Amino acid sequence: MHRLYLVPTLIINFVIVLVPALLTVVLAFCNWDGISTPTFSGLDNFRALFADGVFWSALTNNIIWTCIFLVVPIAMGLLAASMLLLVRRGSNFFQVVYFLPVVIATVITARVWQGMIYSPVTGLFGLLSRMGLPLANPLAQPSTALFGVATVDLWHWWGFLCVIFFAALRQVPQEHIEAARIEGANYGQMMRYVLLPAIRPTIMLMMIMTVIWSFLAFDFVYILTQGGPAFSSEVLSTLAYRHAFYDLNVGQAAAAALVISLFGLVGTFFYVRLQTQEGEQ
Amino acid sequence: MRMVESRATLTISYIVLGIGAFIALFPIALLVLNSLKPAALIVQNPLALPNPIRWENFVNAWNHAKFSKTFINSLLLSGTTIVLVCSTSSLSAYVLARRKIASWKIWTFYLLATTTAPIQLYIFPLYFGFAKLGLINNVFGVALIYTALYSPFAVMLLRTYFIAVPKELEEAALIDGATHWQVFSKVMLPIVSPGILTVALIIGLNSWNEFLIAATFLQKADKVTAVIGFYLLSGQYSSDWGEIMAAALIIVVPVVVLFVAMQKRFIEGMAGGSVKG
Repeated sequence: MHRLYLVPTLIINFVIVLVPALLTVVLAFCNWDGISTPTFSGLDNFRALFADGVFWSALTNNIIWTCIFLVVPIAMGLLAASMLLLVRRGSNFFQVVYFLPVVIATVITARVWQGMIYSPVTGLFGLLSRMGLPLANPLAQPSTALFGVATVDLWHWWGFLCVIFFAALRQVPQEHIEAARIEGANYGQMMRYVLLPAIRPTIMLMMIMTVIWSFLAFDFVYILTQGGPAFSSEVLSTLAYRHAFYDLNVGQAAAAALVISLFGLVGTFFYVRLQTQEGEQ
Repeated sequence: MRMVESRATLTISYIVLGIGAFIALFPIALLVLNSLKPAALIVQNPLALPNPIRWENFVNAWNHAKFSKTFINSLLLSGTTIVLVCSTSSLSAYVLARRKIASWKIWTFYLLATTTAPIQLYIFPLYFGFAKLGLINNVFGVALIYTALYSPFAVMLLRTYFIAVPKELEEAALIDGATHWQVFSKVMLPIVSPGILTVALIIGLNSWNEFLIAATFLQKADKVTAVIGFYLLSGQYSSDWGEIMAAALIIVVPVVVLFVAMQKRFIEGMAGGSVKG
């Protein structure tokens, strides 16, 4: 009888995720505009994709994005979380403030940064350049567009990591911290020899998730720059989306989706292993 | 940390934390400040205080973003998703947590793996399938997608709540003659109800804020969610940034109020699945 309990979850999952995912694998080897009958085209989609310079720059952007997010928000989160552990008084207030950007919809966050900060007309950057500090809108320059978008996602994201690291740090046994303190450890030594090793599994998990999420990054790129200017901020997910819904080249979109999934798969392997290790105990 | 910190350490810590708070709050402050100003004043100086306050921004935003329609759509979508996720996931989480079936390991693996599956892996065939079935612009169709998208997370979180319930409770109920269904619905569910509330809050927040799927599957202006209504308003129809920020504030305020009121649950739920001991 108990196996029936799983049925609703699995039916919904199969219909929405599994079956379409398998169809995507098939479509990657087909020529399809979304309307007519798909025709088998072998590796054509992949050939076209790999011959497209935009694909390689999108892939490079995903890798740059991953590197940024593996370092900056994790460092910010760890620094703030360790400070929260130190001060204790007010830590809850700061935690809630840091988490606020996480609960605000991505569209709203994107528009606030676009209009109120980056805009040369209505934003802070415009005000500062009128006052003589030349600040160009980063989203309008091919060389800075990706970083302009990444900054917005960083603002939206680092508080989440801080809250998670703080939760992990609070579970570090008190005796370990006291012992290090009696030995005369300073902040740096405390971090390096006691706190960081103690929350290593959590940091590992967050790094794996960062790699997976970095290849899924979509909302901010799509809303802020649509991948532009001149594809300079294009990432794989916006490239796939554009192929499917703007060019009606669903086969090639499916091929790009498979490339994204391939990177995700490596992360997923480590993620599942880490998560189930804990389940075994 | 239970030891006494030196004054200097504390001061530096508070300065760092203060800078963090400033970074987090500055764009939000700009959002609130400029929602109260006419567009001309924003062009002059986005940092200036609103003087006089322009309350019409909110009326215009409400009308132009069709919030009286789109808020209902958002509530319907979030509500349906919450009900679907909580009912199906609590069943699955119970079975997987208690290892009631031999194949529990495979399904746990499978659900864990789908939490990390990119949306692009299934959205394209799904879209054209939905189009064939006439499910585009259907809020309940989107609720079904959200349910598939969020239930692996919900199952994993609820699983930890079920694992924490002592086995003896279940056994006692069975000895007393309860059926398996009664054990689940009358004994287990009430105990894990705090977990279900946490899941409901996080799923509600996610479906309220979701962009990619809502923007793809809901296209008619009177079928979109509040967030997509805002996206359309700010993208095409309006260049009045006072009005755009007012619309943003209208969507953000209920979320922030709920978050601050239920902060413990939100943070525990979000961190719960991620902290590894």
